[in-house]
Amino acid sequence: MSDLVLETKGLTKEFRGFVAVKDVNLKVRRGSIHALIGPNGAGKTTVFNLLTKFLQPTAGTVRFNEHDISQAKPADIARMGVVRSFQISAVFPHLTVLENVRVALQARSPKVFHFWRSIRELDHLDAKAAQLVEDVGLGPFLHTTAVELSYGRKRALEIATTLALDPELMLLDEPTQGMGHEDVGRIIELIRRIRKGRTILMVEHNMSVVSGLSDTITVLQRGQILAEGPYETVSKNPAVIEAYMGTEHG
Amino acid sequence: MAVVKSIRPSGTVSGRFTGSTRLIIGAVLIVALLVAPFVAYPGFLMKALCFALFACAFNLMLGFVGLLSFGHAAFFGTAAYASGYAAKVWGLTPELAILFGGLIGGLMGLVIGAIAIRRQGIYFAMITLAISQMVFFFAIQAGSITGGEDGLQGVPRGRLFGLISLEDSLTMYYFVLAVFLIGFALIWRIVNSPYGAVLKAIRENEPRAISLGYQVNRFKVMAFALSAALTGVAGGTKAIAVQLASLTDVQWQMSGEVILMTLLGGVGTLVGPAVGGALVVGLENYLATSGLPVTMVIGVVFVVCVLVFRRGIVGEINVFLGRRR
Repeated sequence: MSDLVLETKGLTKEFRGFVAVKDVNLKVRRGSIHALIGPNGAGKTTVFNLLTKFLQPTAGTVRFNEHDISQAKPADIARMGVVRSFQISAVFPHLTVLENVRVALQARSPKVFHFWRSIRELDHLDAKAAQLVEDVGLGPFLHTTAVELSYGRKRALEIATTLALDPELMLLDEPTQGMGHEDVGRIIELIRRIRKGRTILMVEHNMSVVSGLSDTITVLQRGQILAEGPYETVSKNPAVIEAYMGTEHG
Repeated sequence: MAVVKSIRPSGTVSGRFTGSTRLIIGAVLIVALLVAPFVAYPGFLMKALCFALFACAFNLMLGFVGLLSFGHAAFFGTAAYASGYAAKVWGLTPELAILFGGLIGGLMGLVIGAIAIRRQGIYFAMITLAISQMVFFFAIQAGSITGGEDGLQGVPRGRLFGLISLEDSLTMYYFVLAVFLIGFALIWRIVNSPYGAVLKAIRENEPRAISLGYQVNRFKVMAFALSAALTGVAGGTKAIAVQLASLTDVQWQMSGEVILMTLLGGVGTLVGPAVGGALVVGLENYLATSGLPVTMVIGVVFVVCVLVFRRGIVGEINVFLGRRR
């Protein structure tokens, strides 16, 4: 098996003449935590949407485990093991925490179309779902409706739901965005724990999160790759300092 | 999308009541339905039950998937013709004729759903309307089957399972009631099944459901086909009970009427559409002899409903009871 989980070649996306992403060649190593950073409007989320097929690229290819997934549908790649989170918290608001996770566990079941069966047939998934909920520290909220959770807890629930699919490649879109200090710490802890046996690609603004977690950082600017490498190298790169951290580093 | 969003379901799927309370309410309702033909005219009650089932089937799409179909008359009307024809010309027994109507409705739903599902909101509604207009045109042209302007008249009620004569209105009523209860139970089961859980997730957050690997369009088309099949059962039952399948059943006004029934009763609630259906049929029945202009009064009722209690009758009751506890 190749060392690369995900590889893009010449990935480009135009919106009516505006080039949001241009010729991006991304290589994500198996088992690594790879961060995608860049100033606002650099095209991070667009790249994410291209990778998860929520957008179709104008040009270029995306390969997952050496399979070309450029033309695949979002639901298909989820089944292949590429599961994403969203920038805005993506939970099922009027389902309980348990039900949220159970819906994800159910995706693997051949019974999803069985409209004539009782919902109790899903009870056997409850233990697994409860374990996942416990793992992300939401144990006391098992039967709370998702909409009532705090922002940070919704993000944790989202990660639990994503984990339910046991994805090989997990894409996290700004996992700590809008979170308080304590919640950020909890999410960092969580990501460290769940990285075992999988690859994580994340978009993140919070530099302490990026520096603390990632093995490789790709800096995007105006839709193009500006620099790539471990935090120590990238943070010293003059182009990056100028473009991204200019003000912070004087 | 705005149309659909503004009429999102109000109550939870399982309702506001605990298990035992629901059982008691259900039992009271069933007893009421059993004694109803001794209080009211059975012919009217049968019609009300058929439309109640129609509205419940329609609500499966609007309330539980969040898609507004403006073409359900096509399924209702075609199934009415199919069942009527099967009973009259082929001599099928009533239960088989009705099942045939349901099958036709379901197959149509599968095809039309697969076409319409590519769009959402108002576009989805318009595609379903356009296709149902084509079906209406076909019904006018195919006079040898549908009877054209005259409709398919003199549909025999026949013998249930070839044994029990349904000529007597009271017997027929109980048969219609049984069909309604089976249809309603099936809808309840669909909503509370593993499949229903996925439907709910799709309605709650479609992009998230996709990102979890659900091919959401398949779920929606299937819901559409199920809704159309149950609508077909309602249409077929109506044809047998009233002994007539006519252009009224397949006309676009019928599609509008079922939306009215569903909204009036409470979209996304299980019982609401049935209440709305019975209410609208009751109003029409009552007003027909009162000398008042029927469409005007129903129009006013609809406007008041949308302005004052948007959740519909059952929806408002659910919210009221939910607030009290």
